[in-house]
Amino acid sequence: MKNAGSFLAVLRKELAIYFATPIFYITGFFFLLLGGYFFYANTLYYSLVSFQAAQNIQLATHLNPLQMVFRPLFATLAIVLLLLVPLLTMRLLAEEKRAGTAELLFTYPLTDWAIILGKFAAALLVYAIFLGFTVLYALAFSAVGPLDWGALAAGYLGLLLLGGGCLALGLFASSLTENQIIAAVSSFALLLLFWVIGWQQDIGSPGWGGFYTALSMMDHFDGFIRGVIDTRDLVYFLSFIYFFLFLTKRQLESRRWRA
Amino acid sequence: MEMMIEVQDLTKYYGPTLAISRLNFEVAAGEIVGFLGPNGAGKTTTLKILSGFLTPSGGTARINGKDCLTQSLEVRQSLGYLPETVPLYTDLTVSQFLRFAARAKGVGAKEETGEVERVEDACGLGEVRHKLIAALSKGYRQRVGLAQALLGNPPLLILDEPTIGLDPSQIVEIRQLIKELAGAHTVILSSHILPEVSQLCQRVIIINRGQIVASDTPENLSRQLGHGSRVRLTIQGPEQEVAAALQKIPEVKDVASQGEGRYLVVAADDLDARPLLARLVVERGWDLLELKAQEFTLEEVFLDLVTEEETAEEGS
Repeated sequence: MKNAGSFLAVLRKELAIYFATPIFYITGFFFLLLGGYFFYANTLYYSLVSFQAAQNIQLATHLNPLQMVFRPLFATLAIVLLLLVPLLTMRLLAEEKRAGTAELLFTYPLTDWAIILGKFAAALLVYAIFLGFTVLYALAFSAVGPLDWGALAAGYLGLLLLGGGCLALGLFASSLTENQIIAAVSSFALLLLFWVIGWQQDIGSPGWGGFYTALSMMDHFDGFIRGVIDTRDLVYFLSFIYFFLFLTKRQLESRRWRA
Repeated sequence: MEMMIEVQDLTKYYGPTLAISRLNFEVAAGEIVGFLGPNGAGKTTTLKILSGFLTPSGGTARINGKDCLTQSLEVRQSLGYLPETVPLYTDLTVSQFLRFAARAKGVGAKEETGEVERVEDACGLGEVRHKLIAALSKGYRQRVGLAQALLGNPPLLILDEPTIGLDPSQIVEIRQLIKELAGAHTVILSSHILPEVSQLCQRVIIINRGQIVASDTPENLSRQLGHGSRVRLTIQGPEQEVAAALQKIPEVKDVASQGEGRYLVVAADDLDARPLLARLVVERGWDLLELKAQEFTLEEVFLDLVTEEETAEEGS
């Protein structure tokens, strides 16, 4: 109960800082701007194909808004995510150290987990708010045609898990330095690495291809946006998140010893 | 007496640099103790270890019987800490920040508002509670720092240079506030302003180059470490004769004539020379205009201790 209280205290403080600083509004604005553009472009393409399908029965059987509008939309949102997450997480721990507020935070009776989870949850919530706005696209679409909401929900779950993984990694990068730029650059580089590592399967030595695919965020994310929730993908993202939160905890502990 | 702080052989290295070396001291519950020393003496390092922010390289520090290292969380529950640099979340308003601090310190959801208002009033923050901390003056930031330390009414307050950067009237206010805290709270504060320490503290620990060089009440320090007691006299009489007569008293170690009949007499340790001097003046038929015991100021003791140690080191 006491731990829950301190977790909520950190969460509330981080949210207050997010809402008080421009970074939240700027990243949110561009996330939705890009998302809106891609939704518009995908929908336009879909309607074009629909017109052609009026003359072509064969084509019409392949028409599926989920596959033609939302799957590519989610794939592009994931890339936007890659660019924006480092901006959401860079401040979280680096700024505490630079401004010296770490001295307050670490001398309050807060456990390391309360601090880490509070900050992580705040970033995740902010990201969920951005995602929440994109549900409007789906609502707009459903006004003119039927939509498989279940498959769509799987896509959103994938985006949420992918975002969580990126945020956990970004939080860890922020714990390593007191410079926000360094935190942002290193989390971007690491995210990119986890993103593209799957490409190795084509050129890597035989036996290793599967290993790289297993590590790749993109390969695990793909299932969700096809509307399939695979336990392996769930386990991948949850352990990805736990792994980086755990590294962050270790990093906070070691700070006490090295300082 | 119940001990609030027990420090044994506390040592801290920063890399190869020795910051504090085998410190030993105790602070009883309810005491106000001043930590005095030149810049870089190890005051802040010691307070950071007590607050749980730094880990010691050696030795132990216990607060309320709990070890600062192994029982860090319990220790942190019982203290309020004002860091030297007064770091604050400048993106938040005063109230937002204090609400966070209150909850972080375990104040319940129901008590939160009342507790925040209590410390805002105590620190004179009522007018600025809805302002962004970034927009506050140094004096107000210092008060916010003090306010967050007071939240949750912790038994121990660790204040690192609580009045630095304030204007004189603010200094008086903050000192008054600290004085009011005495009794209900144990306070350990650091300062390099001597009058502040002698005014506020029941006991002074003087630290230099990472070591404790003295620890006592300000009065005792002035008396014992001043090497003797001093008396200021104003006598109407022939100057040289008076000086010679004063010098002849066996207990008197030194006489300094300061002109216009004023003399400063240094007598042997722990001796009140005033009756002897009064008698002498009356016997000789001079007029005694002023007779006053003068204590060594803390400045003198401090400089004496710090320089004495340095000369001893150079000698060895």
